Amino acid sequence: MDAVTDERIVPVAMPKWGLSMQAGKITGWVVAEGDEVTVGDELADIETDKIAGTLEAAQAGTVRRIVARVGEDVPVSGTIALIAPAEVSDDALDAAVAKARAVIDAGVPDQAAGKPAVETADVGGRKIRYAGVGQDGEVVLLVHGYGGDRNSWLFLQEPLAARHRVYALDLPGHGTSSKDVGDGSVGVLADAVLGVLDAIGAERAHLVGHSLGGAVAVAAAAADPRRIGSLTLIAPSGFGPAINAGYLRGFADAQTRRELKPVVGQLFADESLVTRQVVDDLLAYKRLDGVEAALHTLVDTLLDGDEQRTDSAAAAAAIGGAVPVTVVWGSSDRVIPAAQAESVAGAARHLLDGAGHMPHMERPSEVQAAIEETIARAGA
Amino acid sequence: MARSITYREALNEALTQEMERDESVIVMGEDNAGGAGAPGEDDAWGGVLGVTKGLYHRFPGRVLDTPISESAFIGAAIGAATAGMRPVAELMFVDFMGVCFDQIYNQAAKFRYMFGGKAVTPVVIRTMYGAGLRAAAQHSQCLYPLFTHIPGLKVVLPATPYDAKGLLTQAIRDNDPVMFFEHKALYDLAGPVPEESYALPFGEANVVREGGDVTIVTLGRMVHTSLEAAERLAADGVQCEVIDLRTTSPLDEDTVLESAEATGRVVVVDEAHPRCSMATDISALVAQKAFGALQAPVEMVTAPHTPVPFSGRLEDLYIPDAQRIVNAVKTVTGWTR
Repeated sequence: MDAVTDERIVPVAMPKWGLSMQAGKITGWVVAEGDEVTVGDELADIETDKIAGTLEAAQAGTVRRIVARVGEDVPVSGTIALIAPAEVSDDALDAAVAKARAVIDAGVPDQAAGKPAVETADVGGRKIRYAGVGQDGEVVLLVHGYGGDRNSWLFLQEPLAARHRVYALDLPGHGTSSKDVGDGSVGVLADAVLGVLDAIGAERAHLVGHSLGGAVAVAAAAADPRRIGSLTLIAPSGFGPAINAGYLRGFADAQTRRELKPVVGQLFADESLVTRQVVDDLLAYKRLDGVEAALHTLVDTLLDGDEQRTDSAAAAAAIGGAVPVTVVWGSSDRVIPAAQAESVAGAARHLLDGAGHMPHMERPSEVQAAIEETIARAGA
Repeated sequence: MARSITYREALNEALTQEMERDESVIVMGEDNAGGAGAPGEDDAWGGVLGVTKGLYHRFPGRVLDTPISESAFIGAAIGAATAGMRPVAELMFVDFMGVCFDQIYNQAAKFRYMFGGKAVTPVVIRTMYGAGLRAAAQHSQCLYPLFTHIPGLKVVLPATPYDAKGLLTQAIRDNDPVMFFEHKALYDLAGPVPEESYALPFGEANVVREGGDVTIVTLGRMVHTSLEAAERLAADGVQCEVIDLRTTSPLDEDTVLESAEATGRVVVVDEAHPRCSMATDISALVAQKAFGALQAPVEMVTAPHTPVPFSGRLEDLYIPDAQRIVNAVKTVTGWTR
């Protein structure tokens, strides 16, 4: 057997967080050579030009070799460490390290190749932008929340695309879609979701919605139930009166980095995830013409006083009778309380201990597992 | 925001979008339509360095190619602004300010004040500044400190394509006279710029790099030189915070002082001459309001107090470079009483 391709050696690859990510930098190793890891254990802190995150182990085993050094740029999918059982010889490992080092030392390939195209759908006179990855399998459409955009799914879209055709859209008023939100109702946003499914030509799709995107996914499913394969709702709005109205208004009102940072901090259990780049990107979005008006319109329709105006519970219960519904919530959610998960009738529930309002960014592998399981329950 | 365009294209896009949005926006200046090498209006080169390319035909009657008389067309633009237009006038090189300065500092800058707030003067004067193009002493100066000195003027110096578009959009929408400084050496710099319109508020500095050891306060082209120095210093374990002032009037004192208080060590990098400059202004600000936090005297990295040399080798020495910034940072980190 060729030692270099000993199949007991499992490479740990530089992940692809977001469609534009070409390379990542390891800012610190959490594990050392010789450590035993189980699935979900933190391996390394990684920084991209957009975001900082922690890579979790996708496979259990012993970390035999660390390939990439702290501070070094590694191309996406480049091998950064090797996991292998004790029986694998040092020679075989060293050969695999040499091969991996060659890839890292060759540097980051030029951009251009293999970038997914951002598509535009015209939905009721609004330009709706979306992007898809993945060749085969079921269509999955990811629907972000208030103030977010399709890049909110950066930790999930690529991993899910290994088995599915995974699309993410920018809702009206968000990202690069038209900033006109009409009356700001959930119905207007749901029309955009259905319009993207039309544009893709998807007869059946699995919807994943976060926060406001959860209520939007429910409304889209209720409007065209035969088209929906399953629903995964992540900290969805519409399942109880309580909501952090100060967060919604604060996000709409913030004019400067100084004002915005503490507001955005409320999204995460660990506020250190809110890097300067995260705040700058949000501020750049908020400063686009029309965004401030769109956000205020949405706040006015989402809130009745300081409570939620929309109620998705009845619609979700009806859908739950026909297709699998899963709800995922972080126990430390400071925007919408996790107790509202109980109001999603008939749903499989995943409470992520210690996660905030952004489980898909804070605990992506668990959210991915919940989505995969929901799709599997729907059957072919 | 994945699309990348140049600083020049970002400025052109801001002009185009604002002219589409508001028909009172007009463009005027020398060669705004024709420009160097162009036989005439038909060719529409769009300014000596191509910033206004395409506007002449796209907005008929709203791009005015003026005679070579700054005192006339800058004055006309200011007058048009007081009468309800939003002119964007191009003073080709800021070095030419001498012939039209009265209209700017003694007229436009004073109207709001002298007419009890009843008069507004929404004029933008775009102008090129800075050394590096072998254009010698009369076409290479950084005269923004002179304008910063005048109450009633807003003074803007974008360092990136993103800032160029957002700050020019804000300048056009602003109701006060704005001096808008474009560094010649930045026109070909590319960077991510949203396709949609957006306005960046004045008086908000940009922390372009975070670091806890030394604060580098800078602006314009020197932002990039400072970042290069910060990158080199990081390799030696010195983490610099780099602040791009973006506008010198209004000035974001808070961001400078907060950073100075956190690091206790400040280097100001300014391509202008050292006397009565942003370098001295920021140094005085920090010395007065963050004195207790300082662990070393403030260092200034500036051009020398001489005209910009014609000799290329001397011009290269004249412009502050990354090595001089590295040296200044090492001076403040190594300073002992």
